[in-house]
Amino acid sequence: MIRFALGRLALAVPTVLGITLLAFALARLLPGDPVEVMLGERIADRQTYEQQLARLGLDQPLPLQYLHYLGRLAQGDLGLSMVNRRPVIDEFLALFPATIELALCALLVSVVGGVALGTLAAVRRGSWIDQGLMGLSIAGHSMPIYWWGLLVIMFFSVWMRDAFPALALPVSGRLDIAFDVVPVTGFMLIDTLLSDEPGAFRSAVRHLVLPSLVLGTYALAMVARMTRSSLLETLGQDFVRAARARALPPWRVVGLHAMRSALIPVVTVIGLQVGGLLGGAVLTETIFSWPGIGRWLVDAIYRRDYTALQGGLLLVALIVIAVNLLVDLLYGAIDPRIRHPRA
Amino acid sequence: MGGTLREVAAGLRGRPAAAAGFVVLVLLVAVALAAPWIAPHDPVEQFRDALLQPPVWSGGSWRFPLGTDDLGRDVASRLIWGARVSLAVGLAAIVLALVPGVALGLVAAFHPGWPAQLIGRSVDVLVAVPGLLLAIAVVAVLGPGLANTVIAIALVMLPPFVRLVRASAIAEQAKEYVVASRLAGAGRLRLMFDTVLPNCAAPVIVQATLGFSSAVLEAAALGFLGLGAQPPTPEWGTMLSTSRDYIERASWLVTLPGLAILVTVVAINLLGDGLRDALDPRLKDHG
Repeated sequence: MIRFALGRLALAVPTVLGITLLAFALARLLPGDPVEVMLGERIADRQTYEQQLARLGLDQPLPLQYLHYLGRLAQGDLGLSMVNRRPVIDEFLALFPATIELALCALLVSVVGGVALGTLAAVRRGSWIDQGLMGLSIAGHSMPIYWWGLLVIMFFSVWMRDAFPALALPVSGRLDIAFDVVPVTGFMLIDTLLSDEPGAFRSAVRHLVLPSLVLGTYALAMVARMTRSSLLETLGQDFVRAARARALPPWRVVGLHAMRSALIPVVTVIGLQVGGLLGGAVLTETIFSWPGIGRWLVDAIYRRDYTALQGGLLLVALIVIAVNLLVDLLYGAIDPRIRHPRA
Repeated sequence: MGGTLREVAAGLRGRPAAAAGFVVLVLLVAVALAAPWIAPHDPVEQFRDALLQPPVWSGGSWRFPLGTDDLGRDVASRLIWGARVSLAVGLAAIVLALVPGVALGLVAAFHPGWPAQLIGRSVDVLVAVPGLLLAIAVVAVLGPGLANTVIAIALVMLPPFVRLVRASAIAEQAKEYVVASRLAGAGRLRLMFDTVLPNCAAPVIVQATLGFSSAVLEAAALGFLGLGAQPPTPEWGTMLSTSRDYIERASWLVTLPGLAILVTVVAINLLGDGLRDALDPRLKDHG
């Protein structure tokens, strides 16, 4: 197992280096001279310009610049935002909990909903329920989430507000402005519990519902399809037939015996959705004015804050690599065939 | 290749959902091609006397059957011309991903040394960045616009082609017809493009179809974020992004462009799923 883990880690090293190279290249390729951007209108003379160039290390050959860049990265230095001069890493860490919170809730929606609907479709195979659910799942994984978000807003904010005001849900931000919650962890669900503001937690939950639903829809459709096909395959196997032959009640056969092995491929699908969730967060956060890294990255482009864009992309890619590595390792732990492929 | 086409036709016959997707896609292509003749108005002409006119079923007039937007432009005409933009961008992006993707995949399969390593690791890097973010970064470098949208999406779509072709080509290389061809003295290029490639066509066609739907989705996403097609180009995603301000007053500006995207993507996905089942039984959904 340790050899397997080390092997996988070693495989990730060139990818991580590649990502840093990509981020470095991005900064060099972006339009605009960094010194001019930094000095703005104040460019006085050739001498000041060259001093700045030297100060930023931009007068050195590119390979050397890249090595310096790696050195700074190793110390957790992603540079300063070109707009507000704050360290990029601080901005990222301040906003990242909001994105994690949203992505985890979306994942929860997709796993709970997807496994339930997929199971329902599998046990009612061929019925109108099955066909209807599979039709919906195609719609779900074809859904443009920016449109889905707008429809949800239209329904819950415009239509529900008129029809059932009590059921209307908030469609922007993380908390009602009436509450004053001190950020401790950055996770609103936890921070509101820690605060002594009555009703703040409920407000935070209500704000999370719609964005999670929208962000989780694509993954929900994938998980439902995967659960259905994987469960159908398992239900045809001998150990399930044996369980049925022992006259175990159907819910035990499906729920305990078949489900356990049917869920293994589902876990892979969930692992694969992490990149998609972080990418989808860009759109979801933009639509729901959710103050996370997705919206921050889009804003960085609008404001031409290229150091923020560069650092944000790098960190997101590193997170995706880390999660995939983790899924790989978990897999190796669960399934010996993956650890020893040739055995 | 002719054999593959026949297989596709035979595969569609027994699959009503895929056939329906195919028919809808053909209709969309027809609408896109015929846009200059069937669109009731010029898609960028502003009718200042008819701002935010509702569609005909909610009190509008037949002059603007699907209503008008905030600048008085005819929504129906913009949707029709938008089909042209979305399909063209999707198609261009897929071709731009497919050609180098197939070539790189074949090179990686036939040169197992450092070329395969370099290609494999580069693909790993591209895959680690979430697709939409990668596309955003590319557009940030190149600047917003339709042509750059195509390039950005092509780059995002590239990795699956490389991996797919490499894996299928490696599997094919071990087969007898390839060995026979090699023994008969076929050169490497001939083996790559003439012997092996045609037999990798099926998975590539499936990937191209499913990738086409993602390309349409992502192009509209970039348009929605204001980084793709620029106004006044009639593009579905761009139309949606301006509709946000009118969500309470003019719901048709939100529903119609999104519906156009959804119908297009569902049609392509149904076709792609059907083709996958027909051409590649190993990947078949158990159903």
